Amino acid sequence: MQRVPVLKLGDVLIVSIQIDLEDQSVLALQEDLADAVVDHGARGVIIDITAVEIVDSFIGRMLATIAGMCRMLDAQTVVVGMRPAVAITLVELGLSLGGVRTALNLEKGVALLDHIRSATP
Amino acid sequence: MSVQADTARRRIEELLRTNEEQIIGRWAKIAKASSEELSELYRALLASLDEGKNDLADIRGLLADLSRSRARAGFAPSDTARAVFGLKEVVFELAESDADWAEAAGGLVWFSRLIDDLGLYTFETYTDAREKIILDQAEQLLELSTPVVKMWDGIVAVPLIGTLDSARTQVVMEKLLQTLVDTGAEHAIIDITGVPAVDTQVAQHLLKTVVAARLMGAECVISGIRPQIAHTIVTLGVEFGDIVTKASLADALAHTFRRAGIEVGRARQAHVSIRAENA
Amino acid sequence: MTGEREVVITSSADVVAVRQLVRSVAIEVGLSLVDQTKIVTAASELARNALVYAGGGDVRILVVENGHRRGLKLIVTDDGPGIPDLELALTDGWTTGNGLGLGLSGSRRLVDEFDLLSGPGKGTTVTVTKWAR
Repeated sequence: MQRVPVLKLGDVLIVSIQIDLEDQSVLALQEDLADAVVDHGARGVIIDITAVEIVDSFIGRMLATIAGMCRMLDAQTVVVGMRPAVAITLVELGLSLGGVRTALNLEKGVALLDHIRSATP
Repeated sequence: MSVQADTARRRIEELLRTNEEQIIGRWAKIAKASSEELSELYRALLASLDEGKNDLADIRGLLADLSRSRARAGFAPSDTARAVFGLKEVVFELAESDADWAEAAGGLVWFSRLIDDLGLYTFETYTDAREKIILDQAEQLLELSTPVVKMWDGIVAVPLIGTLDSARTQVVMEKLLQTLVDTGAEHAIIDITGVPAVDTQVAQHLLKTVVAARLMGAECVISGIRPQIAHTIVTLGVEFGDIVTKASLADALAHTFRRAGIEVGRARQAHVSIRAENA
Repeated sequence: MTGEREVVITSSADVVAVRQLVRSVAIEVGLSLVDQTKIVTAASELARNALVYAGGGDVRILVVENGHRRGLKLIVTDDGPGIPDLELALTDGWTTGNGLGLGLSGSRRLVDEFDLLSGPGKGTTVTVTKWAR
């Protein structure tokens, strides 16, 4: 099983998914991220899915779970770089990713995190 | 084939061969076509009869050409078919005046069937050609679709014009979403001022696009909804939920400016007063 | 045309293999990018269903033709406990596992043709087809 690396940049954690996600990798990523948020006292998490070709209900649920988990640990999650075809498929599938914030790309994701933080002192 | 029928058929073939010039002349008159065109066909017909029982490939090719050229010249497909059927009339007349009428009559049924087949073939060619034109045009329409235009830094719009079907809506929407990725625009406006009507499927596609754009991290407003369309959408029971809709493109743009934190105002001093100072 | 391809599912790595194979066949058939993504997502859902509810199964991938259109057909079979109420199983949110209950109902929306064959103790076979536009 391949693990997805978690990178740290200031108080933001960045995860860029570059592999075809196996269910075990998804579960491992959930755990790794929760640990990392606590270890580093991170305030924000950015999950980059630019390279992800499909998001099925399992991966979609992981994104929602991570966002919920991080919120409880006082960190905001932004999912960035979703491809149009993936977005269209998710809508058709009936998955709304409720509560997950999204941005078009990594840069805008960072800006969004800054914006959220400045709005909530 | 019975011996009798075979003889009858040969009788007709002979008739066709010996009276070639007369037949073509008369046929051209009935079919209202040039005799050069018809004599080519006629010779192909004779050749196909010579070669064997049912090799009609050559004559079919010629007929396809004829059908196409006549369709282009504005003839109805039934005219072309009738022109081919005209040959029957000529041969019937000829057979009637033939000394061995009884013998020839038996072959007429065979000949009639042959000509019917050929006439119908021109009709088939015509519909095939039509079908291809329709397919091509549908494809062109998709390509033509609608441009995604940049309205402002970070704001793009698609002005949809004409009747939307499901396929076209899908193509346009995919293009819009791709533009969001390519340009990094976080705001999009779908303007349907030029759309006369929407059905449930199209309304659903619009809706899904807005939701998909949101999933990607962009906001999307639908503008230019005419009263009738608003009525249809509500009557169809399509739930637009919290999607922002505006009556005009201007309203949508104003809304988007507010969302994007862009301020646009009138220049403080009116142009006239500056002139007055200068004078 | 290259004939039928088959993947036996025994672990979640096989689900990934199914996705990759379906993707390559979808490209071969000429599906648009969005349609490729839809059929690959449906394949992923159905293959995972077989793994989660029946402990495994197999996926067959076929190229089909209908007049001037080509398409991709998936047949996902398992020998699991089967589904007692097919209509209920196709409702959004219905699940016996701990999923979201979108696997079957969602997959149905992603494809052009959907056929579900199942019964208690008889296993489950789902056949789906996606046509090139």
